[in-house]
Amino acid sequence: MAQTRYPKTPREEQPEASPEPRTASAGTKAKGSFSRRQFLRGSAAAGAASAGLLSGMLDDAAAQGEPGVAGPGAVDMAFRINGKAYVATLEPRVTLLDALRNHLDLTGAKKVCDRGTCGACTVLMNGDPVYACSVLAIEAQGAEVTTVEGIGSPADMHPIQQAFVDHDAQQCGFCTPGFVVASAALLNRHPNPDQDTVHRELGGNLCRCGTYAGIRAAVAQAAGGGTTNG
Amino acid sequence: MAEYVWPAAGDRLHIGKHISRLDGPVKATGRAKYAYDVNRRGMLWAIMVQCPHAHARITAMDTSAAEAMDGVVKVHVIQDVGTEIQWAHDEIVAVAATSEEVARDGAAAVKIEYEVLPHFVNERAVDEAPDAQPAQAETTGDPAAAMASAPTKSSGSYHVAQIAHCSLESHGQVAEWQDEETVTLWASTQAISGVASQLGEQIGIPASNVHVETQYMGGGFGSKFSVDRWGVVCAQLAKDTGRPVKLMLDRDQEVSVAGARPSTHAEVSTGADADGNVVAWDSKSWGSGGPAGANSPPLPYVFSFENQTHMHTSVPTNTGPARAWRAPRHPQACLVTMRALEDLAHAAGMDPLDFFLKNIEKTGERANTYVEELEKGAELMGWRDRWRPRGSATGTVRSGLGLALHTWGGRGHRSNCEVLAYRDGLVEARIGSQDLGTGTRTIIALVLAETFGVGLEQVKVTMGRSVLPASGASGGSTTVGGVSGATRRAALNAVDAVFERIAPRLGTEMANLELKNGQLHFKDGSMAAMPWRQAATLIGVNPVSATGANPGPGQLNDSGVGGIQMADVSVDMETGVVSINRMVAVQDCGLILDMKLAESQVYGSLIMGVTYALTEERVFDPHTGQMLNPDMEFYKLAGIEDVGEMIVHMMTGPGYDERGVIGLGEPPVIAPGAAIANAATNATGVPINEMPMTPERVLAAINGGMA
Amino acid sequence: MRAFEYSSPRTTEDAIRMLSAEGAVALAGGTDLLSLMKDGAAAPSRLVNLKAIPDLAGAHESDGGLHIGATTRLGPLGEHRVIRESFPAVAQAIAGVRSRQVLSMRTVGGDLLQRPRCWYFRAGFGLVPMHDGASMAKTGDNRYHAIFGNGGDAVFVNPSSLAPPLIALGASATVLGPDGERTVAVEDLYRTPASSDESEFTLGAAEIVTGVTIPMRSSSNATYEIRNRKGFDWPLAAASVAASDGGARVVLGHAAPIPWMSAAAGEALAGGISEASAEAAGDAAVADAAALSGNGYKIQLARVAVKRAALAAR
Repeated sequence: MAQTRYPKTPREEQPEASPEPRTASAGTKAKGSFSRRQFLRGSAAAGAASAGLLSGMLDDAAAQGEPGVAGPGAVDMAFRINGKAYVATLEPRVTLLDALRNHLDLTGAKKVCDRGTCGACTVLMNGDPVYACSVLAIEAQGAEVTTVEGIGSPADMHPIQQAFVDHDAQQCGFCTPGFVVASAALLNRHPNPDQDTVHRELGGNLCRCGTYAGIRAAVAQAAGGGTTNG
Repeated sequence: MAEYVWPAAGDRLHIGKHISRLDGPVKATGRAKYAYDVNRRGMLWAIMVQCPHAHARITAMDTSAAEAMDGVVKVHVIQDVGTEIQWAHDEIVAVAATSEEVARDGAAAVKIEYEVLPHFVNERAVDEAPDAQPAQAETTGDPAAAMASAPTKSSGSYHVAQIAHCSLESHGQVAEWQDEETVTLWASTQAISGVASQLGEQIGIPASNVHVETQYMGGGFGSKFSVDRWGVVCAQLAKDTGRPVKLMLDRDQEVSVAGARPSTHAEVSTGADADGNVVAWDSKSWGSGGPAGANSPPLPYVFSFENQTHMHTSVPTNTGPARAWRAPRHPQACLVTMRALEDLAHAAGMDPLDFFLKNIEKTGERANTYVEELEKGAELMGWRDRWRPRGSATGTVRSGLGLALHTWGGRGHRSNCEVLAYRDGLVEARIGSQDLGTGTRTIIALVLAETFGVGLEQVKVTMGRSVLPASGASGGSTTVGGVSGATRRAALNAVDAVFERIAPRLGTEMANLELKNGQLHFKDGSMAAMPWRQAATLIGVNPVSATGANPGPGQLNDSGVGGIQMADVSVDMETGVVSINRMVAVQDCGLILDMKLAESQVYGSLIMGVTYALTEERVFDPHTGQMLNPDMEFYKLAGIEDVGEMIVHMMTGPGYDERGVIGLGEPPVIAPGAAIANAATNATGVPINEMPMTPERVLAAINGGMA
Repeated sequence: MRAFEYSSPRTTEDAIRMLSAEGAVALAGGTDLLSLMKDGAAAPSRLVNLKAIPDLAGAHESDGGLHIGATTRLGPLGEHRVIRESFPAVAQAIAGVRSRQVLSMRTVGGDLLQRPRCWYFRAGFGLVPMHDGASMAKTGDNRYHAIFGNGGDAVFVNPSSLAPPLIALGASATVLGPDGERTVAVEDLYRTPASSDESEFTLGAAEIVTGVTIPMRSSSNATYEIRNRKGFDWPLAAASVAASDGGARVVLGHAAPIPWMSAAAGEALAGGISEASAEAAGDAAVADAAALSGNGYKIQLARVAVKRAALAAR
């Protein structure tokens, strides 16, 4: 949470950070209206409507040799998520995580630390696990995004999801979607991982209830390596 | 009339088996909707402006810029000019806007001025505390005389830092009004029934008009019992704007104001006789969990000695206030007591396992349980073969063993349940409880299925709504006893009611009927057994309904458990890094309903214990009083690589089962820190007396930098 | 996070032009910048995404050495054959990151130019926070702060994973800006600011690092990190050692406002790595360390990190 945390004023606006701040104000009001679609260069908007959803407007503009500038107001964006096309009109500052959760109602990825530390927001971009809180939605255009919803459904679970259920690798379940996505990526990279590999590949996810024993066992089951605990 | 007992060991269909949690698939696929996930049409986002000072008075406020902002719908002043603020990150103003981004812009545009007042955030320096309060003084026997004559003595200072709950789903809720008098609150709470009453009272509508909904919640650990000020603010904003409002705490706020476990600092002296019997205990403790200070930890812990004295000082600080943290005050008391007794065992030249066994009668009525558990734990750890006297290890990386005992109550809370049996064969339990992830939903289902003698696919659990039959808050390990007792009684009553309804239609007596293994049996053999689903058709269009409550007739649950844990750790003597090799937990909790869920609680507790033992603590800035690590980067939760191998053994069978159900959420989280500290002490040969055992602190101990 | 303009050029020329605007900042992996923006510790008015520039991605061998484009991700880099075979110091530093997500996201340039994790900086008090005329971190809680180069008010530590091994290996960075391209030693990217108005980097306006080049000199090299958590955690001390016939270079991470080169430790290893010389290198490395009020333990950790890095390189 940015601006409500004390003297966090942009440096260029207040060069000398007051050592003992007396106000919690921060002059970070955005430029321009939030609903205004804003392109400084090119006529990409017209092209974007017909452009493939995967490429997105900015790439389209850039491809014409003129780097486009989008925002700060909302711009049209196109995404490929779990094999489906989505469009949304968002400000460039909206993260992929917020786009998924707040605008596309894909709430499987969770917002926990929102600072690229805990892994609860893990999604795949072109097969690689990333922290969706630390990717801008506008950057995710053109990428194949997979969220936990795309890994499997309750009626048709991915083997790693079934293994999470079988080994009770979840309690409150809030870290679980991130762990499931990271585990699926792990198994793609290492079909038969040893415990060191499991630890290394899942080190970017944190659980508070303490489900790591179950997660180890779940990964072992999904890898076909039987079950190990502890 | 039903007999209110649990089925005998040979007659159990589900109880005691490894049953997967029923909501596992919906969670593992990301479909479970938590409060944070609720998106309503036209919903506003609310963001709260926080106070940057640990102690200050609000002198001026200007919300006009925020109010004028495009997209900001309402600015709500929570604490106005003139208010004295007692901790940093306290909420001052809430801004509701059409998007999360604009709400943040609006919050940033609120101008607040403060008169900064002196703060105190370092309770360890109790002598500098402006407002330390004597909180407890108790003496039994003549500890001074006993100490003076004891041939073996030990003393030490033990320290446990303040930690946070750091629930992964932050506190918060979505509020939506149906009409002027009725509001729905999707809340992340451990107490749906209580929150409805609290909110109704505070917002001036009947409690029955507050509908709290919590199907899934992302961790609470004792921090989510109240509607909280932000819950009331959220409902008020929704009322004022006529739109649904979502207000969830940001991580910095979650970690700094939404829950703390108090610190404990203690100086302990102990004495033993020539045989290793503890004869004297003298402890002075102090600690803080915020502006209210901290109550005394129960010292000495688990054991009571003939001659003992304890004094506690409560130290208020300008830090976010304490909330119940799993087994309140016990983990701290366990560290202090078990470390002190391990030190005394060392002074007496005894293996701590022998020393604890020698003194086990001083634990009171659970003594036999502890003996059984210690023997089991020793076997699983290989203690007898592997334990070496303190400081025997050599080399750069040294291993050691440690153990600790704990105790907890865990009697079932007040709970009500309604069971409905439908003619399609479905049996439903309705209960106003919540599932924090402990598996409450699954427990209710399996008790219901057990009682009807049917499979789990035949039952349905409707819970997580405050309009359902009231059930207690989920805290203190009270839920499993409460909901299982209420469900068992309601289900037994429902079976009777079904028999009462269908017996005449079958031309027999109620007493002649029995439900078992999915079949309706006729005890006299007059008719062949029929499948339950066929029998259920006789119920008719109106379902059978029956209720049950806890407490109630029959002993279905009990209070009071033991439990022991052992740790095998390695310490890098050059870096002070402590590594967990193996943890062993041996735990009793009466009759275990679902072994898989029970084991999960213990595994989880060990891991949470490793975290508070090794890495997590709240760090406060001496200059500003702000928490310096209100995040998940320097507020450090252990990762999967940190927790070592874990072995869990649950005590079951005769002597345990007949006690009925006892809660398990708290007990196993109490002892890990103490066991790890004792193991680290055994490994290094120097007392490791502080949690968390960071490299900094362990090196200080190794280098003799500690008192 | 303040609203900003966004652009995603395809060429470095366009990127430099886009970055020439007031308040423009380059965006690479985002693992640091977005958090800074959410914390309000950075508030750029324009982000220029560098990841769509094909020239900046990937690693290739040439006569000059292994050239690594600035937007090459750490994960793939750690698996690069030359890195694994010739530069284990780099591979080990990457392995130390311990988060597959970060490895998938963080770029070489972003790693080198990430901002300090100092909790005063992140809380908005500035990079060189002052309180009542004194360094706020020096007089506050500095358990994670500098043990070298901390004579002034700046006592944060450089957090880069790659800088210590790259500097030890004698790598250079290519810098491109409005005035053209220049090549600098990686260590010369860093400086210690005197106040929060100054940058901790030597880059000029609208300059970007386009890549780094590790010379193909044969060396024994390794990185050793000491962390509280075995998993994803910032090291409390880190050291990289590269030793060859021509001498040894020792660089400490998380120790000073800049990656800290220890000439004395290098000299201790000049005659070859042995138990004794590794021990001596550790001692030499911390001979001029100076503890702040709460970080004395880091001196011992730095000593051990140097010793163990040297032994690992043997």
